[in-house]
Amino acid sequence: MKATPLSNCERRFLLRAIEERKRLDGRQCYDYRNVRVSFGADYGCCIVELGKTRVLAQVSCELVPPKPNRPTEGILFFNLELSPMAAPGFEPGRQSELLVRLNRLIERCLRNSKCIDTESLCVVAGEKVWQIRLDLHLLNHDGNIIDAASIAGIVALCHFRRPDVSVQGEEVTVYTPEERDPVPLSIHHMPICVSFAFFQQGTYLLVDPSEREECVMDGLLVIAMNKHQEICTIQSSGGVMLVKDQVLRCSKITAVKVAEITELIQKALENDQKVRKEGGKFGFAESIPNQKITAFKMESAAVDTNNVEEQAEEIITKADPPSEVFAKPILHTPGTAQIGEGIENSWGELEESEREEAAEEEAESEAAAFECQKMDTEDTSMMEETKKDEPIVLSDSEEEEVVVLEPQVLPRKTRAQTNLKQENTSKKTFNKRRKKKRAAP
Amino acid sequence: MTSLLSPSPGDTSVLAGLYGPVEVKGSKELPDRAALEVLLRPKVGLPGVLERSREQLLRQTCEAVVLGGLHPRTAITLVLQVLSDAGSLLSCCLNAACMGLLDAGLPLTSLFCGVTCALDPDGAIVLDPTTRQERDARAVLTFAIDSAERKVLATTTKGSCSVEEMQQCLAAAQRAADTIFQFYRDSVRRRYSKS
Repeated sequence: MKATPLSNCERRFLLRAIEERKRLDGRQCYDYRNVRVSFGADYGCCIVELGKTRVLAQVSCELVPPKPNRPTEGILFFNLELSPMAAPGFEPGRQSELLVRLNRLIERCLRNSKCIDTESLCVVAGEKVWQIRLDLHLLNHDGNIIDAASIAGIVALCHFRRPDVSVQGEEVTVYTPEERDPVPLSIHHMPICVSFAFFQQGTYLLVDPSEREECVMDGLLVIAMNKHQEICTIQSSGGVMLVKDQVLRCSKITAVKVAEITELIQKALENDQKVRKEGGKFGFAESIPNQKITAFKMESAAVDTNNVEEQAEEIITKADPPSEVFAKPILHTPGTAQIGEGIENSWGELEESEREEAAEEEAESEAAAFECQKMDTEDTSMMEETKKDEPIVLSDSEEEEVVVLEPQVLPRKTRAQTNLKQENTSKKTFNKRRKKKRAAP
Repeated sequence: MTSLLSPSPGDTSVLAGLYGPVEVKGSKELPDRAALEVLLRPKVGLPGVLERSREQLLRQTCEAVVLGGLHPRTAITLVLQVLSDAGSLLSCCLNAACMGLLDAGLPLTSLFCGVTCALDPDGAIVLDPTTRQERDARAVLTFAIDSAERKVLATTTKGSCSVEEMQQCLAAAQRAADTIFQFYRDSVRRRYSKS
């Protein structure tokens, strides 16, 4: 699906508004949109909403052999997907430049910052380690995917619990969640990305650009930082020349924002922990407030199935019995069987050329002699396989002399010979290889 | 245009998003009706063969109810994202698809809903089974039932059951469909109510 391009007047409007320090949604230049974190029923599942941008994250784990050059470290795998429901321009299966860039940023932010302790994921050195897989799905695109994705990623990793493992000599026991409580991952720090959009060659700066603002921006600066004010990743793209103090100013703003967001994340994680411990209901369905007009909940309803058996009996007695199907498969060779004979080829004109082709092809394959059985079956099968009866003769008996056929000559010969052939087909048993053909109902 | 649906107990949630009818690229264009495409995205991993076969089932069910002839040479794309799976996933996808079509305002001949039945080893019918019940069941049947005459639009089964048992499950599913259609009605009424 094509994305509607931004019109010129809209672009001019946005740029003029930014020059006057105004944003479409009324925010200030350094304001973030509302961040909302909700958790799913499974461990490691969360949805983060940054304004209208929504990202779903899910963490899963698996025991695998480690990489040969790192036998004592676990494996991390990150995957960000732009779901086609996020924006009309996103199509399934197309590796756009945006997707590659986002994936790379997420990898650098989460893997290269070493926020997850991979040594703790080792179970048996050189043989079994945990592979932690983080899947991020973008559900709605309203700008600043990278921030939402990085928050969702780190929250999901903090929320995730892996099965407990014990090693006794050679034996490794993996406990199910019912046997032993699952164990959280060992996370050193929480890097969070903050994006800055630049306009008019670096004159104007906006934090957390929305989708419209992203369309008109000149350049983007992404800084990933944790709450200890350590920069984990920094990336500038778009070709905007940034002055040193601009970058320093951005990093100071990042420190403030990251502190706020980290606090929010911690609170959300604690809340969820509390709810789970107290045995309350948790999950996405519960996180939608009931008062929203677009939300509707119904408790599980009992269905009256009293007369179900009588109703079913009635239907069965009224229905016609299924037609009897006599399927007598012919066994050609071990592993090859045939059911049904198929009906006559109704492509009259092509009979000749098909025969010639079939004859040539079958001469290369095995020629075995079988009897052709006529069957009283109403239900002729859909698939027709090769039928062979007599040993195949390459040259046709109708032709007196052996003619070397040129490919172009064939169609002309076909038409002339067709009538002759059709008379003789009744004498000969069928000898063609047919493609898949539906039997006439 | 999105709708979040988790009508079954536990926490099976599927998010549906629909775009259409919109302009379609050349090869996919159908001259007499709208080209419907369904994309089902699992939560973990890349979509595989199971998702593809479910997409085809959903597509054929939707095509049966959508009046595609009113929008020729257009494309309708329905994207379903699995948010969590606690059993009865396919029927949840069917329900989400129908709500998506309804919410988007596409012309439909009727609504449809999905109901899953599990037959446990004793032969008892369990509607809307959880993952554990599905795993222990002898057979799991999913029906797509339309709203006009409670006819069956699609069926898919896993496991073995007798003809009588299947008819019983179908009859039970038709009863359950009443509840689901009532849910549709109430939620749409609430959405479009002024108060």
